[in-house]
Amino acid sequence: MSEIVLQIDGQEVTVQEGATILEAAQSLGIEIPTLCHHHKLEPYGGCRVCSVEVESRGRASVVAACLYPAEDGLVVTTKTEKLSRIRKSLVEMMMAHAPDSEPLLALAKEYGADKDRFKRNQSFCIHCGLCVRYCSEVKKKHALGFIDRGAKKRICFIPEIASKECWKCKECFPLCPTSALQASFVLTKSLTFGGEGEE
Amino acid sequence: MDFQNIDQIIDKHGCKASSLIQILLNIQSENHWLPKEVLERVSQRLDVPMSQVQHITTFYKSFSMVPKGRHEVHVCMGTACHVRGAQRVLDAVEEQIGIKPGETDVDLKFSLETVNCIGCCALGPVMVVDGEYHGNLAPAQLEGVLKNYE
Repeated sequence: MSEIVLQIDGQEVTVQEGATILEAAQSLGIEIPTLCHHHKLEPYGGCRVCSVEVESRGRASVVAACLYPAEDGLVVTTKTEKLSRIRKSLVEMMMAHAPDSEPLLALAKEYGADKDRFKRNQSFCIHCGLCVRYCSEVKKKHALGFIDRGAKKRICFIPEIASKECWKCKECFPLCPTSALQASFVLTKSLTFGGEGEE
Repeated sequence: MDFQNIDQIIDKHGCKASSLIQILLNIQSENHWLPKEVLERVSQRLDVPMSQVQHITTFYKSFSMVPKGRHEVHVCMGTACHVRGAQRVLDAVEEQIGIKPGETDVDLKFSLETVNCIGCCALGPVMVVDGEYHGNLAPAQLEGVLKNYE
């Protein structure tokens, strides 16, 4: 594997081929905000708050740091006015769904986002996919998945699997940035399997 | 639909996870809907988690998780059909079969859906029944068209 040299916020950094911008920044101690990222999971690029500006071969663009592979000679900027504006809008849109989520409130404070900018649609889920991906990639239980699409997309437990596996695990619970997952689990439980399988 | 038929369809496509959508489409066209037991069988045979199967079946509009009638009626509500009176055609169909779009009648004879343009605007207003196109429809003609389906 060859080594790659790139520049992040004016600092040079050397990483292995295949590393993402986010990983390169973390090795330098530069913080890039993330919501859907988890070190044990494959990059997802769902929330986009990790957007950074990159410049390679004279072209500038905005990319998701958690997905974009580091390239030789890449010039990355993680804090600009444009990025703050993008992150602010993203947080505002997500806050229409989950206005009281702690990670969102922290980001809102940092970027001056107004939680009432968009009309409330309190689904509580921001589609970060952490629960779904954790269950399938780390636990390999596939107890829940996404159903439907677009504005109606939501998480859904498979009762047959959830009633057997979830009681002793619940490792996805602390991952959820909004507690929508816990609510969905309680709903599935009360509608389908009740106290069955509980220890 | 029994498991034997389903296994036949699965084997025809080589029992590969990558054939999931083709298999589901095949079952959908034969059975008109995808019951839970069928999805579980497919999930088991192809070794694709049920959560993934559900994600796919709820994503695409061509899959139905509720029973559908023997004949699928699609009334085009695209712009060209709309200006040529698609709403009146739809109203007449609703009246005739007694169901609203998205519903199926009690004898499982007809299912009604609206679609947004089927690409033959010159024929508007268009209704498609089981892939058969009926163009230049007047609400008064509908009774004659629909009574041909048993």
